Amino acid sequence: MTIAALIPNRKPQAASRAKRIVGRTLIYAALIFWAFVCLSPIYWTVTTSFKSAVDVTQGHLIPWLDFQPDWKGWRSLGLSPDTIFGTSNPREEFLSRFGNSIFTSVGASLLALVLGSLAAYGLSRFRYKFAWMRNDDILFFFMSQLILPPVVLALPFLVLYKALALLDTRFGLILLYTLTVLPIVIWIMRDQFNAIPVELDEAAFVDGLSVWGAFLRIILPLAVPGMVAAFILSLVLCWNEYFFAALLTSTDAKTLPVMVASQTGSQGINWWSMAALSTAAIAPLVIAGIFLERYIVSGLTTGAGK
Amino acid sequence: MHQSLPAAVNRQQMLASRRMRQASLGRALFLIASALFALVLLVQVLHASGAIAAGFSDWRPVLYAYLVWGIALGIRQVLLRGERGLRALFLLPAVLFTVAVVIFPTVFGFYIASLDWNLSSLEGPRFYGLGNLIGLFHDTYYWNALRNMVFYTLAVSGEYAIAFGLALLLNADISGRKFFRVVFLLPMMLSPVAVSWMIGKSLLEYRFGPAATLARALGWDNPAFFASPWIARFSIEAMDAWVSIPFIMIILLAGLQAMPKEVLEAAKVDGANGWQSFWHVTFPLMLPVSITVLIIRIIFKLKLADIVINVTAGGPGGATDTMSSFIYRVYRDRSNVGYGTGLAMFYLLIIIVLLSLLLRLSHRWTQKVT
Repeated sequence: MTIAALIPNRKPQAASRAKRIVGRTLIYAALIFWAFVCLSPIYWTVTTSFKSAVDVTQGHLIPWLDFQPDWKGWRSLGLSPDTIFGTSNPREEFLSRFGNSIFTSVGASLLALVLGSLAAYGLSRFRYKFAWMRNDDILFFFMSQLILPPVVLALPFLVLYKALALLDTRFGLILLYTLTVLPIVIWIMRDQFNAIPVELDEAAFVDGLSVWGAFLRIILPLAVPGMVAAFILSLVLCWNEYFFAALLTSTDAKTLPVMVASQTGSQGINWWSMAALSTAAIAPLVIAGIFLERYIVSGLTTGAGK
Repeated sequence: MHQSLPAAVNRQQMLASRRMRQASLGRALFLIASALFALVLLVQVLHASGAIAAGFSDWRPVLYAYLVWGIALGIRQVLLRGERGLRALFLLPAVLFTVAVVIFPTVFGFYIASLDWNLSSLEGPRFYGLGNLIGLFHDTYYWNALRNMVFYTLAVSGEYAIAFGLALLLNADISGRKFFRVVFLLPMMLSPVAVSWMIGKSLLEYRFGPAATLARALGWDNPAFFASPWIARFSIEAMDAWVSIPFIMIILLAGLQAMPKEVLEAAKVDGANGWQSFWHVTFPLMLPVSITVLIIRIIFKLKLADIVINVTAGGPGGATDTMSSFIYRVYRDRSNVGYGTGLAMFYLLIIIVLLSLLLRLSHRWTQKVT
């Protein structure tokens, strides 16, 4: 239900009618203009992956009308219909990077969700005192991790990971990614738990459940929407992370953004294969954005307007 | 319950002695785990410094020992403090994780910052004291990057203005709102690295990029988006804005939708026109949300790196360098670990000072307005 539907239609007076039409035209013009701004780079990338060199240099834009689409870019990745069943080195590499990206982002999001939900529940329900720190200070301690720029941690981690033999491992990346999304997860989940009435916990205690029993069996199932939002948001952040991955991985654990970046660096790269690679790299999140928009928005807007 | 007095006392004693046993068990366990952790650490330190031959090939056992120590700490809490220990168990994993992954590396980072350590030289680390700090004061590229950060941070206000406009549009009485909301959100989902290619390296490409073609058609003869310093800076900023405006927009939209409708109706009854009711009603009411989103946005802006690294690598002549991209190059191209970390640590201090000032100011400001 949108708010717009709740506002009763006013009967426009004749004088203001023209003004209203102009206003609405302007609103839709602005909306369509910005939709164009948002979509054109994506459109350009997707279509370019089907173009040949001539079509790129001559700036052809509309498939079938302007140029004849071809699987060119996808063939170079080994993902076009005629090459998908053959052996292809680029595809092997792409799939391994894709797998690394999925493994690290899902792993880090899950770990952050577990750690973050526990901490958030604790902060929402109990009062802690640790030295001079109380609940608000502890929450601030977690949130303050957000301001750390990746450069500050990158070099110490490089040295540490070398000593720990975690350099170029997916596990090492998972630890770092968990760290970067943990504050966000705690923030979202604390809000979620605050919205669940304490009386439910108390009823569970009366029924003889322990603190952990009440949390796991009563409260956690109710917090699932918030968990989904937090999970998807951290997935997006981890999937797109480049800085740590670029510094801390070299061969085994390289993620998709690092692969995309290393291809852009090389001279004389074919536009169509670069476009195909970019399309493949952004496709999962574009699809997620279209279908899971509700969760992403609810995750982002936690705490806003308060 | 009819219980004889001696039986009750007995029961009390039994409970007390059980708790004592539990407590001493918890203490013992924790002591053993601490000793184990200390032992592993000591052995490895001695091994690494070459004092003893025995030891592990890498430091990973120290990590495992820390994990065991953390678990023992949790068990100790439960056995010693009962119910309160169970509660502490919620917070403990996150705290132990954060200490291990943030606090320790940051402290370690300050140590590295005091070293003269170049990975490409054969000498290895050497204590340098404040040498790196003195060095950075003479590094014009560092101050150049800092000046650029000021520009990028100020540009957040432009992003905010556009995002506010978009949020107002989406909040207006329009059809197809769901469609526009999804479309407007999409840029946020894309990885900055992919955006670097999609926009920076192909759309804005000098020869064949459609944006360059369009610019030529509009009369700009030489549409080089990354050749002169100011244009390059604005191009980078435009790309970053493209990715991050959706975030600001979504939060402002949520704020607009949470606004009480009666206030706007009242303004309309009082005869305020659109601009007046925005400036005197909507904007002040949105101030707390605005400040929150601006601070979050500035925090993320201060980390800006990916796009600069991949599109211009800081060029031309450092005009688009951000702090992160500059330090990245100090490490990548010059392998200067000690100096790079020193730069990063100094940057962290600047950020902390800036943000605490900003938080205090915004706190005072919102209190004055509301």
